[in-house]
Amino acid sequence: MTTRAPAPARPGPAAVVIDATGLHYRVLNERIHAAVAAGARSIVLEGVCGQRYIGDGLEGDLAIEVRGVPGSDLGAFMRGPRIDVRANAQDGVGNTMSDGLVAVHGDAGDIPGHSMRGGRVYIRGDAGYRVGIHMKAYGDEFPVVIVGGTVRDFVGEYMAGGLLVVLGLPGGHGRPPGRANDAGRLLGDFAGTGMHGGAILVRGAVDPRCVGREVAIDPAGPADLAALGRFLPEFCAAFGLDAAPVMAGPFQRLSPRSNRPYGALYAY
Amino acid sequence: MARTRVAPDFAVRRDTARCINCKACVRLCANGVHVWDEVAGAPVADESKCVGCHFCEEHCPTRALSIERAPAETTSGGHWTRSAIRGIGRQAETGGILLGAMGNDRPQMAYFDRLVLNAAQVTNPSIDPLREPMELKTFIGSRPDRIEIARGAGGRPRLGAPLPPLLEIETPIMFSAMSYGSISLNACRSLAGAAGEIGTCWNTGEGGLHPDLESCADRAIVQVASGRFGVTPEYLARAAAIEIKVGQGAKPGIGGHLPGGKVTEDVSRTRRIPVGSDAISPAPHHDIYSIEDLKQLIFALKEATRYSKPVGVKIAAVHNVASIAIGIVHAGADFIAIDGIRGGTGAAPSVIRDHVGIPIELALASVDQRLREEGLRHRVSIIAAGGIRSSADVLKAIALGADAVYIATAALVALGCHVCRTCYLGKCNWGIATQDPALTRRLNPEVGQTRAANLLRAWSHEIKEMLGGMGVNAIESVRGNRDHLRGVGLSQVELDLLGIKHAGSPW
Repeated sequence: MTTRAPAPARPGPAAVVIDATGLHYRVLNERIHAAVAAGARSIVLEGVCGQRYIGDGLEGDLAIEVRGVPGSDLGAFMRGPRIDVRANAQDGVGNTMSDGLVAVHGDAGDIPGHSMRGGRVYIRGDAGYRVGIHMKAYGDEFPVVIVGGTVRDFVGEYMAGGLLVVLGLPGGHGRPPGRANDAGRLLGDFAGTGMHGGAILVRGAVDPRCVGREVAIDPAGPADLAALGRFLPEFCAAFGLDAAPVMAGPFQRLSPRSNRPYGALYAY
Repeated sequence: MARTRVAPDFAVRRDTARCINCKACVRLCANGVHVWDEVAGAPVADESKCVGCHFCEEHCPTRALSIERAPAETTSGGHWTRSAIRGIGRQAETGGILLGAMGNDRPQMAYFDRLVLNAAQVTNPSIDPLREPMELKTFIGSRPDRIEIARGAGGRPRLGAPLPPLLEIETPIMFSAMSYGSISLNACRSLAGAAGEIGTCWNTGEGGLHPDLESCADRAIVQVASGRFGVTPEYLARAAAIEIKVGQGAKPGIGGHLPGGKVTEDVSRTRRIPVGSDAISPAPHHDIYSIEDLKQLIFALKEATRYSKPVGVKIAAVHNVASIAIGIVHAGADFIAIDGIRGGTGAAPSVIRDHVGIPIELALASVDQRLREEGLRHRVSIIAAGGIRSSADVLKAIALGADAVYIATAALVALGCHVCRTCYLGKCNWGIATQDPALTRRLNPEVGQTRAANLLRAWSHEIKEMLGGMGVNAIESVRGNRDHLRGVGLSQVELDLLGIKHAGSPW
């Protein structure tokens, strides 16, 4: 298992500042593209309020800091840049992303990491439904989604590769982690339904009733802990967390029982 | 366990007077029908394995073979057909879903066969396309509500606002989505090459873009489907247009499974998934649960490509297709591809292929009519698909309201396909629907390109002849012009839905 070169550092003092206040997403994104075309490698977006598609399709060595709440499809189809969000994010963070890093300091909505094929999506707080659905890995493309809090139903549905981690940590301002459901579990129902590749690592107990029938639950092994060692320090550094207690686990691994879950479905 | 024995569908007739025992049939048949019998010193046939692809028949050097429909009849009459009995037998053995391939073959669904075209006589002279210009060039995409004119230096008029991107094709016929994986790379090469040669488009399906096909990407419509296989920034950047696949005529409402056995090293590289792993396309896109969500994905793709190319949506023709089409236009799509119930597939549950959806003719007429009523027809191009067999079907579809058509089965037939309908077995003797190197090399991509391009040329010539006969000199004059159509033997309800008069009615 490998990963790409580290994403660029966060924007520094030389960053280009764009005031997004009141701008339609198309205008805001044109300004971002113009700044990138003019050579900016570090951009701060002030006053963001629901503008969609920030970082959509952007490539290369570039760091964007979003101040405010970005709209859906943040970092969609992106390959390379790093995006730090100082607040919550909406649906589709890292949708079909190829590489790069998105760090959300608050919570994220539904389908973060949808069909992601590389790079990292780190969410400090909780995430919604269908986290990491249909993530897939190939060669040195290895997508990673780490959620600091809890996730709701259908996490890792149709997962075909990569790594999904759910930590169950308290929230960013000392608040308890959100509840995935009324039972207070870390995962909602139907975790890993249709899963046929990759692994979901959960820090804490996993109720077998909440996983799909295609999924096996085991204690995390040495390879899983090695994978965590590769990505958790970066996650913790992004949010100023102490990595040691997070790494201490214990972790459970959800993995597919087969890479052909529907092989016997048809009469040939 | 009881085994249901169903008589073979095909009879292999071998003329022993002609057979020279060369064993070509034994070597060639991927289904293992022909076996060399050492004792007899002659080939024998296991007809239960024959799919009726006629490869052996056409490659027997002495023409000793003929493959015929097996004459076995059931005593149960027309209702309990052989295929119904065979299907139940297979399901009793396996408990599985019956698979089918290619398109629905129920004859009652073909409204094209009940439509006739018009021609000019005396009062409106016909045009001879051999000597006069005849325009088939078509533009796919959205037209603005009005043209903004600004005055430049010296008062010269110029466009006041940029026009939406349009896809320019030389003939209103494109190759429909067939992924590398469902068909062989040589089949993809043939179609992509022919599209470039003629100046039309091919479609990657949900298979990603193989490196060998990148040179043809400027003529590729690339698909973004629910599995998002192979969707990379280059894939979007290189394409001529992007198609969000929501539905397919052969399997409305369901996703697709490319079995792990077909995910070879090379297919895995293109789809960006491991070798041998099932490639699963879920039934819905999980970021699309509404028209608003569809709009979000359309504009995510437009943003990713800086509004430089058309982004369309492909749907299966279903009961409320007109309302869905309205929503798709409001969502910002530049084209809508509508695939009717006769649309083909490499594999689909037969029960869905044969029973779900509506004929393309009715869908097309209702969508075109509704878009006109809502004043939205200019905002979107319509591509019709699903069972187009000839240039007449193309022209009838255009007269019913299509801007262009997609063909797939017809294109594969041009490459050698004999429509044996067993693509899902992966043993295509013609080297089309297989990834077995011993079989795929039977299809020479240069020959395939020539044959597919010839088909488009021939149909284009025929369309020009039909247009000339109508006394018009541009396909644009026929587009959505249903006065050129008449129905034969159709009920008033059908005529009303199609928006046409019965044959014999004057203008």
